[in-house]
Amino acid sequence: MKPLAKLYTALIFLFLFAPIAILLVFSFNSGNSLSVFSGFSLYWYKELFHDTNTLGALKNTLVLALCASLIATIMGTAAAVGINKLRSKYMRAAMNTVTNIPMVNPDIITGISLMLMFVFVGRLMGLSTSLNFWTMLIAHITFCLPYVILQVLPKLRQMDKSLPEAAMDLGCTPFRAFLKVELPEIFPGILTGLIMAFTLSLDDFVISYFTAGNGFETLPIRIYSMTKKTVTPKMYALATITFFVILALLLMSNLADTDDRGKEKQPRRKHGRKKRTDP
Amino acid sequence: MRNNLTREEKRIAWADHAALGPYSLWAVIFILVPLVFVAYYAFTDNSFNFTLENIQRFFTATSSMAQDDGSVREVRTYLVIFWRSLKLAIISTAICLVLAYPLAYIMARAEEKVQKTFMTIIMIPMWMNFLIRTYAWMTILQDTGILNNFLTALHLPAVHIIGTEAAVVIGMVYDYFPYMVLPLYSIMAKMDIKLIEAARDLGCSNAGVLRRVIWPLSLPGVINGITMVLIPSISTFYISQKLGDGKFFLIGDAIEGQYVANNLHFAAAMAFILMVVLLVCMGLMRVLTNRHVEGGV
Repeated sequence: MKPLAKLYTALIFLFLFAPIAILLVFSFNSGNSLSVFSGFSLYWYKELFHDTNTLGALKNTLVLALCASLIATIMGTAAAVGINKLRSKYMRAAMNTVTNIPMVNPDIITGISLMLMFVFVGRLMGLSTSLNFWTMLIAHITFCLPYVILQVLPKLRQMDKSLPEAAMDLGCTPFRAFLKVELPEIFPGILTGLIMAFTLSLDDFVISYFTAGNGFETLPIRIYSMTKKTVTPKMYALATITFFVILALLLMSNLADTDDRGKEKQPRRKHGRKKRTDP
Repeated sequence: MRNNLTREEKRIAWADHAALGPYSLWAVIFILVPLVFVAYYAFTDNSFNFTLENIQRFFTATSSMAQDDGSVREVRTYLVIFWRSLKLAIISTAICLVLAYPLAYIMARAEEKVQKTFMTIIMIPMWMNFLIRTYAWMTILQDTGILNNFLTALHLPAVHIIGTEAAVVIGMVYDYFPYMVLPLYSIMAKMDIKLIEAARDLGCSNAGVLRRVIWPLSLPGVINGITMVLIPSISTFYISQKLGDGKFFLIGDAIEGQYVANNLHFAAAMAFILMVVLLVCMGLMRVLTNRHVEGGV
């Protein structure tokens, strides 16, 4: 890289990491200010681990993200298989358009639209409060689905179509052929989709904000209500822990990825693209 | 098309439809129907009778606003808010594009190992809670914040940023910058370096290569990046609350405010208008760049 390019990249990275660096430093502040550093202490970390509300919210967030991402991954993978097999061009275009809606629409509109429906249905059923864990779960599955589908679909398209056909010719039932042949081929896409869905759900604030009931608080919503009042470095302690967890996960996935690359180097088998002749 | 399908093939076809079934149902109930509800609420009053009042209110409601010269003037409340949202979102998107374009190019031309590291570095902030990141910016930009403490220590005059449009723009650029870099980078990494070399060999200047080769080839990434930054920044409501110091209402704040006040019909009306405007904007962008952009998903 040229020196100018290096300088430019460094400046951008400085901009990206300045607030994060500040947040890391001030999480160790002994005072309760977020702009004046008065000394090193682990006080706010201790506070954090005694804050049952925040820990409860963390548990809620994890449970919700796990449920939402698993359901979205199963339904999304099945949907991708179905979309890939659609013969009609118009049906395909229609499915693609609908799938794109939650990604293109601003979060605030996705949130508001789901909330309006939940409130309306709740009122019809005569409920006093219509928003709860289940409405949030539905909302999270909904905005996770497109990401799963868009990760799996390209893998299905790359896959050699004659592979499952060969399996069926050799006596596999269609379902078995899917499990034994297609699934391993598209698995990397499914895994990426699952991870994306999980992290999206974990981090979502806007849609959760509109679809959350009183009884169920996730971490982003908890953080939001914390920042409405005066904030202490406790919140920064939470962010610092998140930062190191993410860093560790990314490093691990990078290492795993380089391993994968080594394996993929072997040449891919080429199959004849001849259509199976009907018996 | 073969019409004489065997029984087994029919069974496979049926299984494929069955696989799509749950998602189709889900998409209709939880993606399409809720959008219909936005329109339904937007055009009804509290007892669900048809009305245009909510839409009318958006265009006609007035309030007095202090002008820069100190005078007070009657303005169309929501039109001013909407215009401000649009303006700040466009400025932020433009800044993101200008900053991200060279970075994406540098990344795409670097060694493969460096590329991966840079990608990871850019994605780390994205994975951290955006509320906390935005809040950290607030503590930096405040009048008694970290930036001003730093400036005072250097015997420089303090700056007032918090509560200005500039602060909101900084927040938007910071939060959505990765969304601009990623699509730009992925298209530039795929670009054939031979095209650039060929242009140079044939006597094209650096500016010429950029304008005639790199820019047209990167256009799909540019469009993607613009969409991915413009949409969240036009509809944000947290950045403006914190960095605008409560002085800058954006359309997202207005919608959220009506939601909190349990004024769902007016909130729906504003969401509806926002949705229509964004649809028109994106449609226009598609038409303008149609020749260069390959088909969607």
